[in-house]
Amino acid sequence: MLRVSDLHVYRGRTYVLKGIDLEVGHGEIVALIGANGAGKTTTLRTVSGLLRPKSGSIAYRPRPEAEPLELAGMPAERIVRLGISHCPEGRGIFASLSVKENLMLGAYTREDPQGVEQDFQRVCHLFPILGQRLEQRAGSLSGGEQEMLAVARALMSRPRLLILDEPSLGLAPLLVERLFETLRDINREGVTILLVEQNAVMALELASRAYVMETGRISLAGPSRELMEDEAVKQAYLGGL
Amino acid sequence: MGAGYIAQQIVNGLILGSMYALVAIGFSMIYGIIRLINFAHGDIVMIGAFATLGLMAIPGVPFPLVAVMVLGVGGLVGVLIERGAFRPMRGAPQVTGFIASLAVSIILQNLGILILSAQPRNFSFPAYLQVMINLGPVSFRLVDLMIMVTALVLMLVLMAVVYRTKLGVAMRATAEDLDVARLMGIDINRTIMVTFAIGSALAGIAGLMWGGKFGQIDPLLGFVPGLKAFVAAVIGGVGSIAGAMVGGFVLGLAEVLFVGLLPPIYSAYRDAFVFSTLIVILLILPNGLFGRSSEERA
Repeated sequence: MLRVSDLHVYRGRTYVLKGIDLEVGHGEIVALIGANGAGKTTTLRTVSGLLRPKSGSIAYRPRPEAEPLELAGMPAERIVRLGISHCPEGRGIFASLSVKENLMLGAYTREDPQGVEQDFQRVCHLFPILGQRLEQRAGSLSGGEQEMLAVARALMSRPRLLILDEPSLGLAPLLVERLFETLRDINREGVTILLVEQNAVMALELASRAYVMETGRISLAGPSRELMEDEAVKQAYLGGL
Repeated sequence: MGAGYIAQQIVNGLILGSMYALVAIGFSMIYGIIRLINFAHGDIVMIGAFATLGLMAIPGVPFPLVAVMVLGVGGLVGVLIERGAFRPMRGAPQVTGFIASLAVSIILQNLGILILSAQPRNFSFPAYLQVMINLGPVSFRLVDLMIMVTALVLMLVLMAVVYRTKLGVAMRATAEDLDVARLMGIDINRTIMVTFAIGSALAGIAGLMWGGKFGQIDPLLGFVPGLKAFVAAVIGGVGSIAGAMVGGFVLGLAEVLFVGLLPPIYSAYRDAFVFSTLIVILLILPNGLFGRSSEERA
């Protein structure tokens, strides 16, 4: 679905991504793990068009049989329309807008009011707490509720590929469990997920495959089960479990 | 000093305040969406005033049409300034935009002097607008009534757009976070352009009112409304539309009442008074009346 090849990205004058290759297949959950500053967020922001790569390619096939589209250099507001929804780091909800306005912004690009209404009902069902607080200012929600809102809003665009940046950040363990359960359900309904996580244990349990990033490069890649057994990964990211 | 006199002063204050409010709204919207302190905003008031003068000189154009066209001229000038001066600065430190806006302001003023000469020009509305209306002890011209009604209608329309339409949601989202707004699929360049167009259209029509109220215009007239709008926006809490409206009226009322109620020897201090009010309000409410603290906005 997504094939990133030899991606080089600068942020200002800093050389952040030094040739990234990664792939996400249709229907997969793929995790990207690694230390702070390794370039995980930069990778996601480049895929969704917030950053322009210096060189390299990001080929995207909305459907398995479709011709690949080149995303590198395409602006973010066009990439959303192709079915890629990016739920940014730090949640990125609009605090001064109501919960409902936030959700409806998720469907900003859509032209099918009936489908939007259906998806609205669906996310309210998926996250009942949001359904009860539609008129409330999003900034008044708790951290966990804000994360739910960010995920729900990302779903409102009815994405084919959902990109999540640190969804568990700052959430209580119980909420993380519930959130990941929901992500699994969303994936079962056919949404492909590319996920960046600090919480490597949870990420590897959820994802079928994972990439480990180190200072702007992919240092390891493989099925999650294999990575969980890898001594270096255990030492560095799984707290020596 | 009777109740009638005070009532008259309040009416005068509301008329002045409605003009301040119109200019302050645009100032505040532009700050809200790209954190730009736009010192050229007042000069759009000047352009609106001269556009009115020019359009009224064309025979056969009915006055309401002139007003609509002035809205258009203001909006167009705002869009051009945004395209030419501010978009290239996007992403630069805040102070860069501020200096760019000062430059734009100076360029507009000097272009005005060059093209129109610095000589003040008389400005008068059609005779039917000059009719005096007497309501008990209070009297005002029809044009004053028109200023207030037009200002209020425009503010209501604006609030409806900002709080009830998809465009308004996109504007508020863009104001809060440019990157996340783009991730929603919002074309932020277009949204910013529309914000400039709306804010500048309001400043343009305020220029029409300014001319009608004071009867004389010159290329430097934008300085005072620009500064007062800045003060009004800060009193209300920069970035808040409702705040700018209330701030404009508070400022207009305070200014007129200061001049009207204190002995005449103090009236030369009206601007000193305005800025003292600003300092006092900011000491008590650092974020203005309706402003949110920066922590909350983050």
